[in-house]
Amino acid sequence: MSSTEHTAETHVHRDDIGSRMGMWLFLFTELILFGGMFLIYSVYRFEYPEAFHLAAKELNTIMGAFNTAVLLTSSMTMALSIVAIQRNQKILSIWLQMITIFLALFFLVNKYFEWTAKFHHGIYPGSEELLSKGSGEILFFGLYYVMTGLHGIHVIVGMVLIGVMTRMTRKDIITKDSYVRLENAGLYWHLVDIIWIFLFPLFYLIT
Amino acid sequence: MEKHDYYHEHSHGYGIYILVWLALMTLTAVTVAVAGMDIDRFTVATALIIASVKAYLVLTIFMHLRSETRNFTVFVIVALLFLGISFVLLFSDYSFH
Repeated sequence: MSSTEHTAETHVHRDDIGSRMGMWLFLFTELILFGGMFLIYSVYRFEYPEAFHLAAKELNTIMGAFNTAVLLTSSMTMALSIVAIQRNQKILSIWLQMITIFLALFFLVNKYFEWTAKFHHGIYPGSEELLSKGSGEILFFGLYYVMTGLHGIHVIVGMVLIGVMTRMTRKDIITKDSYVRLENAGLYWHLVDIIWIFLFPLFYLIT
Repeated sequence: MEKHDYYHEHSHGYGIYILVWLALMTLTAVTVAVAGMDIDRFTVATALIIASVKAYLVLTIFMHLRSETRNFTVFVIVALLFLGISFVLLFSDYSFH
C-alpha cells in the first residue's frame, strides 16, 4: 500500500489545496447570494415586526425543527464519508454518501408536505387569501417561499453532486489518495446546512 | 507532498464528528426551547447567537477550517466582514429615512 501511495505522490501532479480554495471562493458567491436575501429579510422584519410575528405562527415549528435535525445529521454522514475514504474504507464511505442523499431526499419530502399544507390553506404567492392580508404578511410569505425554495434547489443540486461522488467512489476515481472532489462536494453540502441553520430560527422561531 | 503529511497529522477520527453532531442537535433543541419561553426582547438575539455557534462548529469541524492553512480562515473572515459591512451600511442608511 505504501508503494502505491508513493507513486501517487511522485507522479500525479495536482493541487488539492488550490482545488479546495476554488470551492471556497465559489461558496463566497453563494454567501453573497443568500446574504442579499437575508438583508431584504432583516429590513422588512424591522419594518413589520408584528406582521412577521403573526405570519410565522402559521409555520409548523416541530416540522422545521425536525427538518433541521435531518439536515444536521446528513452533514455529519457527509463528513464521516470523508474520514471513511481517508481510512480506505470504500464501502463504508459509499454507504455514508448514500445515507446523506437519502436524508436530503427526506428533507425535501418534508418540505413538500409543508408547502402543500400551506397551499391547501390558500397561502401561496399571489393567492387571494394571502393578498387579503397586510403587506407585512405578504412579504413574510414571499420571502419564505423564495428563500426556502432557493435553499431547496441547493439541496437538489447537492444530492446530484453527492450522487456523482458516490459513482466516482465506486469506480475508484475517488480513492484514499485522491478524494478532494468528495471534500469539495462536502463543503457545498455543509454550506447548504449552514444556510438552513439561519433560515430555521428566522422563519420558524419568531415568537 | 507537504499536504499529505499535514493531512495525516490533522485528519480527525469519526468521534469528533459525532460529538459535533450531538452539540448541534442540543443547540437546536435549546433554540426551540428558548423561542417557546417568550422572552420577547431577547429571542432574536439568542436565536442568532445560537445559530452562529452552530455555524461556527460546522465551519471549523465539518468544513475542516481548523485543519486548513491560515489563508482559508483569513478568506472566510474577509468574506463575512464584507457581508457585515453590507448590513451595517444598509441599516445606517435605512435608519435615516
